[in-house]
Amino acid sequence: MKGILGKKAGMTQIFDDIGEAVPVTVIEVGPCYVTQIKTKKADGYEAIQLGFGEAKRLNKPQRGHLPKGVPDLRHLREIRVDDISAYEVGQKLDASVFSVGDLVDVTGISKGKGFAGAMKRHRFRGGPATHGQSDRARATGSIGAGSTPGRVWKGKRMPGRMGNQRTTVQNLIVALVDAERNLLAVRGAVPGAKGGLVAIKSAVKGKEK
Amino acid sequence: MVDLVASVEQQQLKGEEELPRLRSGDLVRVHTLIFEGGKERTQIFQGTVMRMRKGGANANFTVRRIAAHGVGVERTFPLHSPRVTSVEVLRHSHVRRAQLYYLRDRKGKAARLKEKRIEPKSGA
Repeated sequence: MKGILGKKAGMTQIFDDIGEAVPVTVIEVGPCYVTQIKTKKADGYEAIQLGFGEAKRLNKPQRGHLPKGVPDLRHLREIRVDDISAYEVGQKLDASVFSVGDLVDVTGISKGKGFAGAMKRHRFRGGPATHGQSDRARATGSIGAGSTPGRVWKGKRMPGRMGNQRTTVQNLIVALVDAERNLLAVRGAVPGAKGGLVAIKSAVKGKEK
Repeated sequence: MVDLVASVEQQQLKGEEELPRLRSGDLVRVHTLIFEGGKERTQIFQGTVMRMRKGGANANFTVRRIAAHGVGVERTFPLHSPRVTSVEVLRHSHVRRAQLYYLRDRKGKAARLKEKRIEPKSGA
């Protein structure tokens, strides 16, 4: 398990080695710094804490948490790695932790859609457009039976706030790596708006080709 | 940030001398590499450039030709694709708009375009 933090820069397309046009998301990654190492002994689990991005202003305790020689960092995220002994506090990570062809999972905060109806939020079908119907086109439909059970089931899918949630897209293929420009590109889309923080980790489920 | 996207895109583009110089109305032969049964070969598509679309790495152009039985065939090529190996311009036409969609509604003599001769020095 490897990981790095970055900022979504936007999408474009590139031509791969056989000349096929491929949609990619460009992510500005790193440089990330290892800010803390969680150990079994002290914390009950093993992980590394990564810091990314320039902070405008940090208070004393925040600054004090960061190791010496590391710039003021805006975002801190933990990543469970296989072997914490491979990392040390203050270590700098860049895009080269991944190589082209790696399978990765990318986590971000999805774009907020506001209060969305059932069609958009849960892919309901809506009502019929014809046969004398009115005001039913985007309706939720029935939300349950009558006197039995006499209430609406918990978890019933209904309209409500959509998006602005932590979302992970699994098994994206790394298409480009450029440590010099702190750049990583993955095939396909990534959650969130441009400029949003994303965490890139090796894929949990996918098998390396 | 957006510059990163632009820089990735920039790497994908063909250089000035490699880029075919095309305009709407040109009669062209497009050479494309296709992979077929594990082998690579060049396929040629000849027709009239119907439109040019900009868009960085996604820039493309559409070529229209009349296939057997008078069936119109349109094919869109990515301008910067490495699979589009070369584009020969056979003749230019005098056209008065950028998108020649009106060709779709015409056939035979009505679909002709008037040739525009360009002085050799401007690179015909």
